[in-house]
Amino acid sequence: MAQPFVKKDDDLDEEEEYSPFYGIEKGAVLQEARVFHDPQLDARRCSQVITKLLYLLNQGETFTKVEATEVFFAVTKLFQSKDTVLRRMVYLMIKELSPSADEVIIVTSSLMKDMNSKTDMYRANAIRVLCRITDSTLLTQIERYLKQAIVDKNPVVASAALVSGVHLLQTNSEIVKRWSNEVQEAVQSRAALVQFHALALLHQIRQNDRLAVSKLVTSLTKGSVRSPLAQCLLIRYTSQVIRESSMNTQAGERPFFDYLESCLRHKSEMVVFEAARAITELSGVTSRELTPAITVLQLFLSSSKPVLRFAAIRTLNKVASTHPLAVTNCNIDMESLISDQNRSIATLAITTLLKTGNESSVDRLMKQITNFMSDIADEFKIVVVEAIRSLCLKFPLKYRSMMNFLSNILREEGGFDYKKAIVDSIVILIRDIPDAKEIGLFHLCEFIEDCEFTYLSTQILHFLGNEGPKTSDPSKYIRYIYNRVILENATVRASAVSTLAKFGAMVDSLKPRIFVLLRRCLFDSDDEVRDRATLYLNTLVSDASVGGTDEDVKDFLFGPLDVPLVNLETSLRNYEASDIPFDITSVPKEVKSQPLAEKKAPGKKAIGLGAPPSGPTSVVDAYEKLLSSIPEFSSFGKLFKSCSPMELTEPETEYAVNVVKHIFDGHVVFQYNCTNTIPEQLLEKVTVFVDASEAEEFSEVLTKPLQSLPYDSPGQTFVAFEKPEGVPAIGKFSNLLKFVVKEVDPATGEADEEGVEDEYQLEDLEIVAADYMLKVGVSNFKNAWENLDPDNERIDEYGLGVKESLAETVSAVIDILGMQPCEGTEVVPNNSRSHTCLLSGIFIGNVKVLVRVSFGIDGSKQVAMKLAVRSEDPDISEKIHEIVAEG
Amino acid sequence: MIRRTLTERRRWIRFDPITTGTDYELSIGGRCANCRLDLVVPLPFALRISRMDCCPSIKNVLLLDSEGKRVAVKYYTDDWPTLAAKLAYEKSIFTKTLKTNARTEAEIAMLDGYIVVYKFIQDLHFFVTGGDDENELIIATVLQGFFDAVGLLLRNNVDKRSALENLDLILLCLDEIVDGGIVLETEASVIATKVAANSLDGATSLSEQTISQALATAREHLARSLLK
Repeated sequence: MAQPFVKKDDDLDEEEEYSPFYGIEKGAVLQEARVFHDPQLDARRCSQVITKLLYLLNQGETFTKVEATEVFFAVTKLFQSKDTVLRRMVYLMIKELSPSADEVIIVTSSLMKDMNSKTDMYRANAIRVLCRITDSTLLTQIERYLKQAIVDKNPVVASAALVSGVHLLQTNSEIVKRWSNEVQEAVQSRAALVQFHALALLHQIRQNDRLAVSKLVTSLTKGSVRSPLAQCLLIRYTSQVIRESSMNTQAGERPFFDYLESCLRHKSEMVVFEAARAITELSGVTSRELTPAITVLQLFLSSSKPVLRFAAIRTLNKVASTHPLAVTNCNIDMESLISDQNRSIATLAITTLLKTGNESSVDRLMKQITNFMSDIADEFKIVVVEAIRSLCLKFPLKYRSMMNFLSNILREEGGFDYKKAIVDSIVILIRDIPDAKEIGLFHLCEFIEDCEFTYLSTQILHFLGNEGPKTSDPSKYIRYIYNRVILENATVRASAVSTLAKFGAMVDSLKPRIFVLLRRCLFDSDDEVRDRATLYLNTLVSDASVGGTDEDVKDFLFGPLDVPLVNLETSLRNYEASDIPFDITSVPKEVKSQPLAEKKAPGKKAIGLGAPPSGPTSVVDAYEKLLSSIPEFSSFGKLFKSCSPMELTEPETEYAVNVVKHIFDGHVVFQYNCTNTIPEQLLEKVTVFVDASEAEEFSEVLTKPLQSLPYDSPGQTFVAFEKPEGVPAIGKFSNLLKFVVKEVDPATGEADEEGVEDEYQLEDLEIVAADYMLKVGVSNFKNAWENLDPDNERIDEYGLGVKESLAETVSAVIDILGMQPCEGTEVVPNNSRSHTCLLSGIFIGNVKVLVRVSFGIDGSKQVAMKLAVRSEDPDISEKIHEIVAEG
Repeated sequence: MIRRTLTERRRWIRFDPITTGTDYELSIGGRCANCRLDLVVPLPFALRISRMDCCPSIKNVLLLDSEGKRVAVKYYTDDWPTLAAKLAYEKSIFTKTLKTNARTEAEIAMLDGYIVVYKFIQDLHFFVTGGDDENELIIATVLQGFFDAVGLLLRNNVDKRSALENLDLILLCLDEIVDGGIVLETEASVIATKVAANSLDGATSLSEQTISQALATAREHLARSLLK
């Protein structure tokens, strides 16, 4: 109804382009600001000019330092005027300009006068402005007034002081903490928002004192909290207390639960929702506790307000991941939300339903979703596809309808990310549900017949090559694959050739026919395609001619590459620029980034189409280059491992330093990456003084200082240590950053001649056993395990004492050993009582190590661990046990 | 030598305490609201980490016109550090909400990990953004407070033109609703009175209007309870 109105207005705008600020210019307004200096102030005109200035600031215009200072000084003159409107605009303007330290002095006295004025509005605003620009010395001067203001009878003044207190607590906590008596009094205030602000401040003052927070909650939950906002806060604090107390008492009645439940009957929706959400988020919540919360959320689902529906469905969605059964009661309400106008709500409804759905409702649900899919954006579709994938893994028997659904949406319009999500899902379903394989492969074949994305085509062809030959009738896929050779671009043609060859190699009956097709590819216009065809023909056709057996050929052509692709890529890049022949054994085997595991279904080894891990390019390689460029380190031999950077400073300090440990056979090099975050400083002759008194086996051999470290451009300094060759020596090092500091004029960027020597304490660093372990995965753990001599196996059992959970223990052990988890065994399914984790790595001296750790947890959370180690050297196996025993 | 204090440049990090195992006495764990990583921080550090823990906070309040241009905006956090980032965010929420009908009831959306509640009237688009884990209804209450207060201040003649003509009132209104991310006041009539108490001409007529507004609200409430 309002629509035509708007249109008319718009037309009007276009004709006149009316705006009070039309054609406004900064320069002109700054000129106008001269009226502030008039001896006879025109209040109305002055506030208009301030409005214009604020308009400019609001539009993103910036003032130079000079301009801002000028305006600021002019504005302070306006304190002379008694006009209230003008005064408020002055306050706003000061806050926007946030003057620098030496200018503050100018306004402080005026503001302090206003703070004690009779007009409440002046007092409240003066407090807010003053607290915004104050520093600790000034704060002690005005503290007295602020304390008074907190208990002021005017709620606006009290709130202003309390809110300012919350902000000041971040910078001047000591001072604010002295106000707690006044704040305590304000909590009892009858004004709703004063109570809210007082409660927020009081809690923040006491947040580190658990007992005090608990007392606060105990007294307030008995009643007397009026405002809904304060009530919400109290609910949050209550659940915090519940969380903390549940850590101490293992079982028994949950304290304060009655309070949360009573809030579900509060008259304000805000409070009801906050309480419901708090209950659903309690750790280890029981279904009996959940029921009342779910009931109110269910009521919200049919509200007329989108915000309520959204809030409810979002919370239910979260609950559904952990307690799907508790949410099933709401299924009917949620189904009606699928057609909700608000697409966020609809998508949440769908995904929640998919989580709670039972086997019998799947078909109906799929039908509903099909209608829904056509009118939502791609990003929502991806969410739905992922939910369907999880559902299908939950109900494997229903694969048929879900496969059909996926193939249907695969044929529809959609962007790359969406299609990729679908294809990934199909691939995962094929891997996990054997029955779905043939139908899934068929859908994928159909898809590549008309696929506009080269990346997806090649990935599917690769997958087809691995899975297709193992099906009952491999020949039916050949047609689809060869079509690619005829119709597609060079990249797809090349991968189609490889896929054909795989069929040829694995399925003897198809061999002659495949060879015919491959021979045709020899006449392709693209080099890569011809090369591949030639290679495959020569190796496959005449088995013996190249040498080696049939097995060798297959291994050569299709065997797994036991180096991470990222590493290979960077090594090849380096090779392109050099004249040294490429050697695959020189490629580092350290795994840098975790493969993209399927997050939705932990415990499954499902990995999409093995997309190349984007993101981090080989860091290690960069290090190697960096180190080899420093002549002092060239004698150390080949770099064994570079650890990931470890911060030695807190974030956001003056100097940010992190360290990378480079491990060589007989040496260790610490690379300190330093960043100077102070624009007014230039650091010179930066070194790190390392105290190795707690690392007996190490002796410092050289230090490479950093000559100059300007603002915000990182630099490195190195310290090298000698250690016994091949021995995993451990030790602790304390670090002190030493440098000469020179002041820099920020305006000119020139540094002073004179410098002052200074030092800066850094955190300690340790060399631990894990630093001598390379993360190297194996593709088939079982084979690798059996290939190692059982005589070198060492088994021992450990009692680890009480632990919070298995998952945490497993990751702790992995961290101690610094090894690569294999076959997704680092993920521990929820609530499992035992778990076996497979680890592999290479220990210093190039010794391959495999570890099989079994964990068990009992009712009292006692964790026991059985550690079996196999390696190429029995001593190393012993060593691994030592590491664990010490860690 | 100028040493910057930690706090000056610290960004808001919100920690939700989680159990961190056996030695929680010595450390605090939490999930960082910005990067969604679980962190365990030794207690001496934890004490120094600023926490807006638990206090509802508003990230920004935006008033845009029908082309997505700014009428008045106010940001309370560093989530969007540069002007470009701010404008990009405004553009993104404007285009994504443009086609929705948020004229009768406030609508809600999740964008880039933020909750945005919005409402349109004439050629003005009101937005309030809160964090991912904020209570949606609190954000909605703030929006409603802002929306109604502007309605009162502009005497129900709410469109871009009159908003720009009374920009001082709008800016004061923003200033009275949220202070540094903390909700100051949500009751529209109170906000409007606080803003207008200063303007010499507005005081009387506004109080009348507050009464009529109160009546209207009462009527609305009655109608709704009957409908239920």
